[in-house]
Amino acid sequence: MAAKSINITLKIWRQKNANTKGALETYSLNEVSTDSSFLEMLDQLNEQLINERKEPIAFDHDCREGICGMCSLYINGRAHGPETGTTTCQLHMRMFSDGDTIYVEPWRSRAFPIVKDLVVDRSAFDRIQQAGGFVSVNTSGNTMDANSLPIPKDDADKAFEAAACIGCGACVASCKNGSAMLFVGAKVSQYALLPQGKVEARDRVLNMVRQMDEEGFGNCTNTGACEVECPKGISLENIARMNREFLKAGLSSEK
Amino acid sequence: MALTGLFLCTFLVGHLLGNLQLILKTGEEGRRAFNEYAYFMSHNPAIKILSWVTYISILFHAIDGILLTIQNKKARPIPYARNNPSKNSSTPARYMAVLGTLVLVFIATHMANFWYKMKISEEVPMHSFIVSVPDQSGQIQNQEFYYTHNLQLIPKDDNFSVKNGTDLYMSKMNIKIGEGYRDLHTVVMQFFSKDNDSALFAVLFYVLSMFVLSFHLWHGFASAFQSLGLNHKKYNAAIGYIGKGFAIVVPLLFAIIPIIIYLK
Ligand code: HEM
Ligand code: SF4
Ligand code: FES
Repeated sequence: MAAKSINITLKIWRQKNANTKGALETYSLNEVSTDSSFLEMLDQLNEQLINERKEPIAFDHDCREGICGMCSLYINGRAHGPETGTTTCQLHMRMFSDGDTIYVEPWRSRAFPIVKDLVVDRSAFDRIQQAGGFVSVNTSGNTMDANSLPIPKDDADKAFEAAACIGCGACVASCKNGSAMLFVGAKVSQYALLPQGKVEARDRVLNMVRQMDEEGFGNCTNTGACEVECPKGISLENIARMNREFLKAGLSSEK
Repeated sequence: MALTGLFLCTFLVGHLLGNLQLILKTGEEGRRAFNEYAYFMSHNPAIKILSWVTYISILFHAIDGILLTIQNKKARPIPYARNNPSKNSSTPARYMAVLGTLVLVFIATHMANFWYKMKISEEVPMHSFIVSVPDQSGQIQNQEFYYTHNLQLIPKDDNFSVKNGTDLYMSKMNIKIGEGYRDLHTVVMQFFSKDNDSALFAVLFYVLSMFVLSFHLWHGFASAFQSLGLNHKKYNAAIGYIGKGFAIVVPLLFAIIPIIIYLK
């Protein structure tokens, strides 16, 4: 297929830093190849801005192949743009038409403060993870081989699916409540399903949920938007599993 | 939220079965069946406890729902300039708080119209009816009777008096001889009857409120199971179908009752 090029208008959120007020700015960009990715299109716009001696737009990206979770952009009213099952770096300009106006906004969440332009600080996720998203392993030198513990295939698969979460934050961004339940549900589930995770299961779910609430995320009302927008197809089943773990831990924990 | 929501769903079923007495039986039999049901609902000790659980559930559910919504609004202080949520979630799911608040408004007016008159202001008259009986000279006379709890007919005349709302006393001796029923049936029938000028508005408001309830349940029923952690391949489809069926059938049956009364 021959490459086509399109001319587009962009409305992009510009904000100097966390303490200033931002606004949408309008840019025209011509001759964008439909084969380029969305991030390449932004690179092209930044080159244009640099040539005009203007400040380039700050946006997060790292792997550009859908595994790091950095490319957090809210495009035309949807997290990571109009496609499902993809991150922004996996979105291509062939999804757009000549003459389109494209809105690009940062994730909007109290818990993800804006650093600059389209870059948000997602360290709230790290702190939730640090509150319980781990297993404590004794490294005394006689550590048991993980494969010596039998694990049912179905459980292993489910844990693996949950572990596919890349912490991108699209679930929070697209949830009308700004809730982080899909992320936390995935992180709780990947351990809850495995024998290694059972030891600390009770404290894990209580601590991670407490941290989640402290960070200022909203409450889940099961609208299901997160599951639709998640680039890794993390299932709502993980939220239900976390709810079960939480009820169980809440009833039995002495803390 | 989920526990109170599901409890309120079972309450809806009970309330619906009672209301259906209004249309399933007609004439004096229907009036008696409904008034007996109303008496049972306000006097049976188990039902009294259940009704308190219901009041508390509605309050708790509403307050919790509003607090949740306020917290959730705070979680996104700056809204998106362009947002397209219809691509990822159903409309009722996104408007649960609005729908719930409208249901609350309905519950408030509904209780003012019937519950308040029945239980607080005691404006609901006694159940009485007219029987034609021949007097000593063979003339047909219309005599009005109260119908009591211990299945007596007490004539409505000076020999008997009503105290404490529904207690029937022999006037001269001050002895209680029975307890009558309140005629909630007639109050409801008049409320929705087309002889009453405000009935059309009342019927429309009722039917609209049932649409609102339907949308609330469209999302709410299945949502409650997810909140309680019940999400399982084997049962999800069933919960979904039962939830949507419930959300259609229950409000629909509630709504046709005032329509039928109005058209009668
Ligand atoms: C007969 C009346 C009602 C019934 C049967 C009912 C039922 C339900 C159910 C089953 C849920 C789902 C709970 C969950 O997902 O955990 C729900 C959610 C909700 N209800 Fe109600 N409700 C009623 C009245 C109200 C009222 C009066 C309000 C007042 C504001 C309200 C506000 C809400 C809100 C905000 C939610 C969303 C929270 C969530 O989805 O978790 N509801 N309702
Ligand atoms: S659950 Fe999905 S949307 Fe949420 S952070 Fe993980 S990968 Fe991203
Ligand atoms: S840049 Fe790594 S997922 Fe998009």
